[in-house]
Amino acid sequence: MKPARFDYLRAGTLAEAHATLAADGDDARILAGGQSLLPMLSMRMARPKVLIDIMHLPELAKIEADANAIRIGASVRQAKLLAWPALHERQPLLAAALPWVGHAQTRSRGTVCGSVAHADPSAEIPLVLLALKGAIHLSSRQKQRRVPAVDFFTGIMSTARNDDELIEGIEAPCRTPGHGYAFREFGRRYGDFAIVACAAVAHADGVRLAIGGVADFPTVRDYPDLSGTALDDALDGFAWELDARDDLHATGSFRRNLVRQLGRAVVEEARRCRA
Amino acid sequence: MSRSNRGPGSDAGVDSITNDGAPARRGAVSGEALRLSKADDKSWIGQSVERIEDLTLLAGRGRYIDDVGVPPGTLHAAILRSPHAHAEIRAINTEAARRAHGVAAVITAADVTKLSASLVVGVKAPIECWPIAGGRVRYVGEPVAVVVATDRYLAEDALELIEVDYAPLPAIVDPLAALDPKLPPLHEGLGGNIASDRSFRYGDPERAFAEAARKVSVSISYPRNSCTPIETYGIVATYDPGEDAYDVLANFQGPFSLHAVMARALKVPGNRLRLRTPPDSGGSFGIKQGVFPYVVLIGVTARVAGGPVKWVEDRLEHLCASVSATNRVTQLEAAVDADGRVRALSYDQIEDVGAHIRAPEPATLYRMHGNLTGAYDIRHLTVRNRVVVTNKTPTGLNRGFGGPQMYYALERLMQRVAVELKLDPIDVIRRNLVPAKAFPYRTASGALLDSGDYSHALDVALADGGFAELKKHRDVARAQGRIYGIGCAAVVEPSVSNMGYITTVLTAEERRRAGAKNGAQATATVAFDPLGGVTVHTASAPQGQGHRTVLAQIVADAFGLAPSDIRTVSEIDTARDAWSIASGNYSSRFAAAVGGAAHLAATRLKEKLAHTAAAQLNVPPAEIEFAGGRVRARGNPDNSIPFARLAATSHWSPGMVADGNQALRETVFWTPPELTAPTEADEVNSSLCHGFIFDFCGVEVDRVTGAVRVDKYVTMHDCGRVLHPGMVAGQITGGFAQGIGAALYEEFAYSPDGAFLAGTFADYLLPTTTEVPTPTILHIETPSPFTPLGAKGVGEGNCMSTPVCLANAVADALGITAIDLPMTPAKLAVHIHPTERVSGRVRGRS
Repeated sequence: MKPARFDYLRAGTLAEAHATLAADGDDARILAGGQSLLPMLSMRMARPKVLIDIMHLPELAKIEADANAIRIGASVRQAKLLAWPALHERQPLLAAALPWVGHAQTRSRGTVCGSVAHADPSAEIPLVLLALKGAIHLSSRQKQRRVPAVDFFTGIMSTARNDDELIEGIEAPCRTPGHGYAFREFGRRYGDFAIVACAAVAHADGVRLAIGGVADFPTVRDYPDLSGTALDDALDGFAWELDARDDLHATGSFRRNLVRQLGRAVVEEARRCRA
Repeated sequence: MSRSNRGPGSDAGVDSITNDGAPARRGAVSGEALRLSKADDKSWIGQSVERIEDLTLLAGRGRYIDDVGVPPGTLHAAILRSPHAHAEIRAINTEAARRAHGVAAVITAADVTKLSASLVVGVKAPIECWPIAGGRVRYVGEPVAVVVATDRYLAEDALELIEVDYAPLPAIVDPLAALDPKLPPLHEGLGGNIASDRSFRYGDPERAFAEAARKVSVSISYPRNSCTPIETYGIVATYDPGEDAYDVLANFQGPFSLHAVMARALKVPGNRLRLRTPPDSGGSFGIKQGVFPYVVLIGVTARVAGGPVKWVEDRLEHLCASVSATNRVTQLEAAVDADGRVRALSYDQIEDVGAHIRAPEPATLYRMHGNLTGAYDIRHLTVRNRVVVTNKTPTGLNRGFGGPQMYYALERLMQRVAVELKLDPIDVIRRNLVPAKAFPYRTASGALLDSGDYSHALDVALADGGFAELKKHRDVARAQGRIYGIGCAAVVEPSVSNMGYITTVLTAEERRRAGAKNGAQATATVAFDPLGGVTVHTASAPQGQGHRTVLAQIVADAFGLAPSDIRTVSEIDTARDAWSIASGNYSSRFAAAVGGAAHLAATRLKEKLAHTAAAQLNVPPAEIEFAGGRVRARGNPDNSIPFARLAATSHWSPGMVADGNQALRETVFWTPPELTAPTEADEVNSSLCHGFIFDFCGVEVDRVTGAVRVDKYVTMHDCGRVLHPGMVAGQITGGFAQGIGAALYEEFAYSPDGAFLAGTFADYLLPTTTEVPTPTILHIETPSPFTPLGAKGVGEGNCMSTPVCLANAVADALGITAIDLPMTPAKLAVHIHPTERVSGRVRGRS
């Protein structure tokens, strides 16, 4: 359980990180917290030639907010965002989901953007970003681009990021007056990856519901203002569409049932929060 | 609950007298160590004195195997392991690995078979057990090659260069499949895959079943799990060709009977395998017994490499290939009177020891043999024990050792008796308990239950634990539509294993030919230095429990000193120390056996000192007392000498000491006469001491998620005399946490093709502090008449009682009959969630 040989580069500038990515592409990996990457290195499941440490670039270390959105830089640790005094006021869904990300110990090292880049199907931050219609800011030596969350997550631990790109930051819309937000999750133990995680945003015209932990990546649906059996039917349809599978921790059927029941609970809670 | 505040050291708790005249004391011990001040006339034993071990450990100065310095030039080993459950090894090409940067040697089965012999196997069959695979791999994780390099990184790099040509074979995973004579044997010498098949009969079970008003049965499939210590295996081995001798430092925990197995395998006499243990341990729970095959493997590796070799197992290796508890399939039937009195039991146990029958297996199956009737007075018993091999990791010691598997069946059965006969489960237990006046009580299969008052313990638990309130709470919860249940379990916790119990797997005839094995030699040495300081050494191989503190308490009491006056040494060096085959840390033997031996050694020295002091103080020896660091004439404290001066006398002035009273160093070997060999009728007193546990609990199953919440848990213990209440609470709480793990989270799962599915801690789920509620711990004390201090073991009981207590509660909550561990949300949800209607919209692929 020792990593294979790799080079370590502490990027002094963003340009240096971009240049290394341009040169090594898929053989380079960004180190930003390392809470998933380092175990993968130790198990030799990841074997990059070079690790690019971006944790010492001041321009990536900021949490900024304006009237519309919060921007979270690539080296902002989960614990720092959770401790940001304005978080709950600015975006209650992020505030509700962050305590579910790992444990206090892993949050003190893990970064918000690192979780997005890793794209575990059960991860909370990608799920919330999707529910909120957030976006990911990517940059390479050539260009910068903004990818909506709905287009970013493409498979189990795979994203729309190109090999020469890094995540500079993510953007989450601020709380919208009249919207209600809710988050629920079930895992085997406190701090585990979710078996099913649900994030909902209720608004005047309906509800937006995102589900994580079931399909290969977080998945979202927008519904008009459904209730009663119509909502049950919608959730049942969503549950089946997620292609839930059996694994060591749960069965597909169990996951579908949680989507139906937790999904309904989270939708109702989000509606209550609108008031 | 005012009575709960009494500590077991409090005399105010006396409220009944046991059969042997000793007071049965009751009280509760909180999870926090009690900090009592010692009055001059009170003993240190029974008090939660601060642990000697803690300052070092908490300051990060522990000396664990991986921290201990190694000789210059020590090489580092990494092990290539099988990715297949079952495969023929057609060829191994190690050329590229040998040429790799930093590599000193590559070892395969060819080297190991040349330089060592097969490990001794515990059943009579012409089969072998090697620490590395030769022609065939039989489980995922089985060692195939060892690379030795200048550091572990380079060794792991070179592992990737070894080419192994495997021809996969069908795997046997299910122990029931292993019974099939048509399937090819994993070991040719066995013929099939049944390594042992023995039947036992005690009393007149056929008649009891024929006359029974009712028969009640359970069918259990107990899963594989382990108690997963934080510290993994570690070894530093050297071979001295000049003396043809091995010197091995390993975090081995015993039993040291395995020293003989290792020496034989290494083909040296016992005195040429020097085995040492490091001062501190990062936990074991039995698992470190399983380091012994690696002692042989790394020993041979060091011999081939020509220098010291260090190997530290990593977590991935540990989970897939160290040691697992056995999984077991049990059919258990009871012959029952209409009032719930159980007249006879019939066990059919199929024990899965994995790919090899590694010593001391099949001991997991026989450790409980004398205790198959549990806490109950049941005189008629039949047993069929089959041991099978499958393509899974070999099994070994694991906290509870056979108890979790056996009591899961027995206490599920008792719950089913109550349900099927529509009786109160408490009444069924009470009606069958061994009566207090019957002790010492010989069970049908031969155990001699030393002492106890089970009914009294039950009464105290129900009263002080709030059982009536719990039943009301269940009524309220159910009225609210919640899924709530109550479970209970009664368990006899054996401790201090009879080294002869494993021979019950042999027939009486085979035992006669092999020679009787019995007993359990415990040893302790107490020595005085020339300044009158006291040092204690034992071969108990502590694994974090705090043996050194308790030894200091025991010896301080003997000499009228304070525990801080006593130095204790607990690492073992087989070349220098007193030890025997029973040495080591297992079967909860420390308090009862090793603590007792230390007491006896100190007492012997004390008697000699008393004679010398008597001459100096001019009073009879019987008038000498040891107190407050001085030795004095009773009733005349001014007529005294300092203890240290007296203790140093045999160093400085041996001429002043009468013949026979030289007091320098005393080594005691103590073995209890009650631990006799199995009889011709296969009766065996498998353990010396028998504590009693009665647990009850309330659980709620979440209607949405199926998750179990342990709402209340009460555990009553009678472990004889409590030496250190804080440590006893620690043992109970730790065992309880592991019981929660076994009940709700943990399983070494395999796929049907033998792939190992629980290779990381993301798959093998341990309960963390958030998942473990605080149990209410209650005590009564009925001292053991068989041990020097009246203590019994208390290290394993909750691993036996807690899983089945929780399962009985979940069965009560859901109203279900069959329930196997672990009780995962997805498994329980099947009983709660509505049947899934197939959606008319989109169908998943599943």
